[in-house]
Amino acid sequence: MELSDRDHALIAALCDGLPLDRRPYKALGERVGMCESEVIRCLEAMTREGIIRRLGVIVRHHELGYRANAMVVWDIPDAEVGEAGRRLGGAPEVTLCYRRPRRPPDWPYNLFTMVHGRDRDAVLAAIEAMAGREGLAHHPRQVLFSLRRFKQCGARYGKRREAAE
Amino acid sequence: MTTRLDAIDRAIINTLQGGFPIGERPFAEAARSIGIGEGELIERLASLRAAGVLSRFGPMYNADRFGGHNTLVAMRVPEERFDDVAAVVNSFPEVAHNYARAHALNMWFVVAADSRDRVDQVLTEVQERTGLPVYDMPKVREFHVGLRVEA
Repeated sequence: MELSDRDHALIAALCDGLPLDRRPYKALGERVGMCESEVIRCLEAMTREGIIRRLGVIVRHHELGYRANAMVVWDIPDAEVGEAGRRLGGAPEVTLCYRRPRRPPDWPYNLFTMVHGRDRDAVLAAIEAMAGREGLAHHPRQVLFSLRRFKQCGARYGKRREAAE
Repeated sequence: MTTRLDAIDRAIINTLQGGFPIGERPFAEAARSIGIGEGELIERLASLRAAGVLSRFGPMYNADRFGGHNTLVAMRVPEERFDDVAAVVNSFPEVAHNYARAHALNMWFVVAADSRDRVDQVLTEVQERTGLPVYDMPKVREFHVGLRVEA
């Protein structure tokens, strides 16, 4: 889908979040000079095309009582990483699963998964069980718990007005 | 600190993690499926956002689809410089989140921008301003992006 400048303006305006207004798409349109029906059409098209994965809420895990946030990284042979990624990506414990490049010698891991839980012991037990269940227990892995969160906000995309000024 | 949530708050979070309608009165539509009124849904979302339970109420973009780029970056930061380096990193609006993690590579953040070029600029500036190397690990392949948890 080719995006117009208007689409980019909408993408940028939406990065600030959907207005808490009974007609949020009308309010959003007023910020970017589009009418409500055009905003709705654009958002429907972007959702259909997968540019927007979904609209809705993104939570802060910690505030919901998920105090243990683990990045679990795996060193899987390149020939097997596709299958391992599909398995872990489909596991109920995993909220994100990506293949990423290794950075040897400091960083040999090529598969990244996120697992959240109420506490560290529960998360470690869940990871152990998952590794066994998915047939991946023999691969080297590490669990990197978060110690502090410095920043958590949405990614910001789109041509922003202040950037054009 | 954990915010006290009641059953309705949890229903709102669990439902709206799965999507939000696009239409003229989306709050009314979503509220119906939760079993509350439109006004109550709006008020509760405002409270949840103010309490910091919601990181966002809006879109989850797939940046690749419009030429955007994001990457996961790690740094090895000496303990005594940690807060200063975090301040430099977080000063970029392109940095979406940043966590200290228990590893020799102890700072992990996401850089998201409209182009790979802009991501590279941010990484170059971070290295210049901190004097520390960055480990840039853009995704090679995506297997699952759910980011949902039961409230």
